[in-house]
Amino acid sequence: MTDFDAIIIGGGHNGLVCAGYLAKAGKKVLVLEARSVPGGCAATNEFVPGFKVSNCAQWLYQLSPAIIKDFKLKSHGLSFAAENLATIALDASENHLRISGDSLEGAGISSEDHENFRVFRRKMRKYAKLMQSAYEARPPKLVEHDWRDKFTMAKLGLGMKGLGKDDMSDLMRLILINIFDVMNETFASEQLRAALALDAVIGTPMGPRSPNTVFTYLHRFFGETQGFTGVSQVAGGLGALGDALSQSVTALGVEVRCNQSVTSINKTHDKATGVTLASGENLSASMIVSSADPVTTFRTLLGYSNVETGFARRIEHIRTKSGTAKIHLALTALPNFKGLDEAALKQRLIIAPTMNDIERAFNALKYDECSDHPALDISIPTLNDPSLAPPGQHVLSAIVQYAPHSPKAGWDSLRETFLDRVIGEIERYAPGISDLVCGKELLTPSDLEADFGMTGGNWHHGELTMDQVLMTRPAHGATQYRTPINGLYLCGAGSHPGGGLMGLAGKNAAQEIIRLGDAA
Amino acid sequence: MNTANRATMMLETPFHSRVKELCQINDWGNWMGFTTPNAFFDVELEYFAVRSTTGVFDLSPMNKYRITGPDAEAYLNKMVTRNVSKIGLNRVGYTVWCNDAGQVMDDGTIFRLGPNDFRLCSYQRATDWLLWCAMGFDVSISDETDHLAALAVQGPTSCTTLTQMGLHDLNTLKPFGMREYDFEGEKLMISRTGFTGDLGYEVWVSPERAEPLWDQLFEAGRDYLIKPFGSYALDIARIETGFIQAGVDFVPAEEMVRPGRTRSPFELGLDWLVDLEKPLFNGRKSLIAEKEKGSRYRFAILNIDGNKPADHSFILKGDQQIGTVTSAAWCPTAKSNIAFAQLEMPEGGVGQEYVAEIYYQRELHWTRVLAPCRVLDGPIFNPKRRRQTPAIPH
Repeated sequence: MTDFDAIIIGGGHNGLVCAGYLAKAGKKVLVLEARSVPGGCAATNEFVPGFKVSNCAQWLYQLSPAIIKDFKLKSHGLSFAAENLATIALDASENHLRISGDSLEGAGISSEDHENFRVFRRKMRKYAKLMQSAYEARPPKLVEHDWRDKFTMAKLGLGMKGLGKDDMSDLMRLILINIFDVMNETFASEQLRAALALDAVIGTPMGPRSPNTVFTYLHRFFGETQGFTGVSQVAGGLGALGDALSQSVTALGVEVRCNQSVTSINKTHDKATGVTLASGENLSASMIVSSADPVTTFRTLLGYSNVETGFARRIEHIRTKSGTAKIHLALTALPNFKGLDEAALKQRLIIAPTMNDIERAFNALKYDECSDHPALDISIPTLNDPSLAPPGQHVLSAIVQYAPHSPKAGWDSLRETFLDRVIGEIERYAPGISDLVCGKELLTPSDLEADFGMTGGNWHHGELTMDQVLMTRPAHGATQYRTPINGLYLCGAGSHPGGGLMGLAGKNAAQEIIRLGDAA
Repeated sequence: MNTANRATMMLETPFHSRVKELCQINDWGNWMGFTTPNAFFDVELEYFAVRSTTGVFDLSPMNKYRITGPDAEAYLNKMVTRNVSKIGLNRVGYTVWCNDAGQVMDDGTIFRLGPNDFRLCSYQRATDWLLWCAMGFDVSISDETDHLAALAVQGPTSCTTLTQMGLHDLNTLKPFGMREYDFEGEKLMISRTGFTGDLGYEVWVSPERAEPLWDQLFEAGRDYLIKPFGSYALDIARIETGFIQAGVDFVPAEEMVRPGRTRSPFELGLDWLVDLEKPLFNGRKSLIAEKEKGSRYRFAILNIDGNKPADHSFILKGDQQIGTVTSAAWCPTAKSNIAFAQLEMPEGGVGQEYVAEIYYQRELHWTRVLAPCRVLDGPIFNPKRRRQTPAIPH
């Protein structure tokens, strides 16, 4: 007899979601989380005494409403401090652009661009809807002729046909090209182009001119099919989402243990049998489901010596680069952004004046250097949620594009310089902000890797490129959440459909495991 | 870049000065970029040296890798299909290795020099694959190809010749055993192995001792009619004794371009090399599946009527083409016309009779022969002396 039916490695949102669905199916499930709190990248941290911030993911914009409903997350404490925020693209001459759903305000946007924007979004919505049929199911394999996969492919095919001839051929054209070209051919306003291009590259080690960035744009846009027309802010920080999920699945009978770092996955012949913890404790289960990224799962936890070489080689080849850092500032007062009132500061602010600025920022990453003028995605969460800081004081959090995982000079010597550089960038739009800073923190890709166990610090657990999605995510031999090892499954962002606090990888994995039944 | 497929022969073996001297007909071939003789003076006479006296073949171009470290045995056990733990100290084992799909990448020999010290000889350049296989193992791998010169000394008088050269009590060395002797102030390693199916040895020395070895060997073997032989003569000998060759009888799996053109060990008649009881090795899952589902092809040794070698022939059953020939030769000692064929399952059972469709050309005139043939139950040449220990003197 085993201790559990299933042990889930990693109590991030995907691990918890998978655990919850398995518990609903009657399984006895244990979740092992290495960090002190559940939630993984849905985390809140007090980075300066009295100042809290969502210290990994910053926004929520893709979480499946089905998951919110299935786990009654709202009754387990999930509430939104703000929903569907507008994006305000900052302009040095205070001619800011406000983007909210289909509407554009300011920045002297021409009437043609207003119309272009509506048309563009209508088309993107159609494409996102098409992706939805693939994202909400296991990825189809092409050669096995399984009827479920044929059904998914047929749905995709019908969806393609349903786009109409023009939109279908345009999708085929767009999907492999880059957001830079698409923006140039679609809009006249550089400010608008840059604002949308930032969405395509954020969280990726790609620049606007990199091929594949239309796909990453669509991946983010997929959130619209989940009911998000903008980013949302979780009350109490994203850790509250982790807590709500953890509470909910605990109520379903799942045991969630934190501070339990798994050091190895144990197996006999080709069947996974359990895990060993850092404490030396061994736990057994009839199946092990890893929400750790695939490289960590196979290289570190299982060991390449335990899988066949071709498979090990494919896992080792998964590209897991990141160019994304986080910066957190504790502020003694609300900063003054030129030309923005308090209501505006509650929104999502971005600094990415032109696509060339983003591209230049990206150039540095290619040589493992930090951007001179990084592009920023800023949140002042305390305006929507004062509980995050002492009264009257504020927190500023920003996603920073681009910072390398391993700069040649090493992060020790660069950390302060880069922090100051980022603050300097914000200072151009918010004069005097540096005088308000009473605490600061930079999380580089290598910090995020160390704290959240993501290889390379890549927040998708493996880059979202055309060769690493759908039936090739994470790699041949580990698609459809199964692995070469019987009883070992994957349920994290490294599996289809990828990361972004969506929960679908965990959900799809659970469905697949439940469907396999006794064969699992 | 694969030098094997290029016409250039840029490299010379440590024996080249001696080989060149004896290569009377200047028939040179390319072996992994090395200049090697196809024939020295006469293919049949070279072949008969192997079968009747002693033949010497320079196998220095063979790729040689040294694998050491605490995980060396575990590493090889994962890489190859057979159980390396069963290869004793100072013993040699023939094996194949597969990719994940259970398709043969190459064959070769493993020499166990210590508990965790091995030498792997392979047909293909293997560094890349050996290093990929090393992920997760504490092993170190080095290419010894250029650091070892080797001669195959094969034939009924080979033991006597080598003993004459000073390798005392060599006759007590068992097949697939190996032993060290002092030679010119260094160690010479000798293994009772070979590719001819006869009594024979392979002698391994540093490149610096290559020329003295050749000279002393030919001096010692003069009265025993020692002769060098080239790759054409070797080809006849290996076909006669049932040895397949990578790149000829199967496509190395990771070089394959067209799907379905590779072969599993079962499809090459090498079931005996596959130990499915081992918990993990590359290709195991696929090979278990193949066992359940059945193989696509069967390796067959065919005895073909007549004396026209059935090179590249189709094998017919009635009107139906059921297979093709990969290697063929008229085998003089067995006095048989032998071919290796890949036959579509379920064809190829022992004793089955088919027709080989043989094409040959005489003075620009192509002729077709439909030669009846029969599946043999094993290699046609398998003399007692090959295994006898002590090796019988001649």
